[in-house]
Amino acid sequence: MSTPSTTLSPETGEQLLLHHFGDLEQQHLSSSLGMWFFLASEVMFFTGMIAAYAVYRALSPEAFHLASLHIDKWLGFFNTWVLLTSSWTMALAVRCTQVGDRRGILRYLLLTAVFGTAFLGVKAYEYGTKIEHHLFPGPHFVVPGSPRDVHATEEGAGDAAHASDYQKLRDASMVDGQLDVKEFANNLGRFQLMFVLYFFMTGIHAFHMIIGIVLILLFAVLTKLHWFSGYGQTQIEMLGLYWHFVDVVWVFLYPLLYLIE
Amino acid sequence: MTELSRSSDAREGPHHVVSLQTYFLVYVALVVLLAATVLASEMPFSRSGHLYAAMAISAVKTILIALIFMHVYYSAPLTWITAAGTLMWVALMIGFFLIDYGSRTWIDILGKWPAGQ
Repeated sequence: MSTPSTTLSPETGEQLLLHHFGDLEQQHLSSSLGMWFFLASEVMFFTGMIAAYAVYRALSPEAFHLASLHIDKWLGFFNTWVLLTSSWTMALAVRCTQVGDRRGILRYLLLTAVFGTAFLGVKAYEYGTKIEHHLFPGPHFVVPGSPRDVHATEEGAGDAAHASDYQKLRDASMVDGQLDVKEFANNLGRFQLMFVLYFFMTGIHAFHMIIGIVLILLFAVLTKLHWFSGYGQTQIEMLGLYWHFVDVVWVFLYPLLYLIE
Repeated sequence: MTELSRSSDAREGPHHVVSLQTYFLVYVALVVLLAATVLASEMPFSRSGHLYAAMAISAVKTILIALIFMHVYYSAPLTWITAAGTLMWVALMIGFFLIDYGSRTWIDILGKWPAGQ
């Protein structure tokens, strides 16, 4: 009974116990603890951005509200649904590692990758329409309805919703019937800032998704190659934790960016 | 060589296997809560009312995902504490941010954030 665990074939579906751990439970606990510490630091990273969002939204609620109307809530709804479904399939992949169903692991990992890619596809479409409408922050950015908005001057009031943001921000900057020039400039700037936050937060989130999808595909290949011992219970569960975390971030980003009223 | 041998429960592994039904119910609950988020955004609440409703629903979704999908409910106490501790770090960070920005207009410091802004 002194057989070193490293000589066990992964084929038997039993996990290898590394020599510096007392038992499998301790080995698994240290992995999940490490992952949770990493996730806690990731949560803080996203909280920093959400705090910036909270401060500027509190300073210029009207600007954030108007900007949010340009972000399609139904595309966001679809994407949230896709991401929740991917979390479900990920949880099922982890379950398959626990019951030793290798085909199931592959099936659910690939499904998760497909849903993740679908999410990124919709995201790319959203980015495309925003860039087209001059809503990507930078020199290209135009507040709809402002004197710089070629659309508004060419088509006049034809596109009322499109043309009125500038005017609405102006209305929101009135103090006792007088235009507060500084406040107006702040509101115009923060209308654009909402898009800075939108692109930055969803962009960083999408970056996490890309890393997640690459890891999922890599783990699927490794599962196919019988690389892991014990069906990769620990490894795939840690990947699952990361994927669910990315889902949780989106659960907060969706109402904050897409659903202001 | 006991430290190299497999533990007695090696066949089962250190996992609690959650039933397919539980996972499915959690998934359904998450989709229902997603629908509730959109529905709440259409309701005639005040602006802060919308924010509180949306954040409350998001918090419930997060708890479901963390407890069941991320297995916190079935995990060791140390994992519980680490996961719940995340909330404390977030509360500290958000709390001090709000204290900072909320109190900036209380005293007028030359060259700093001007009073009234």
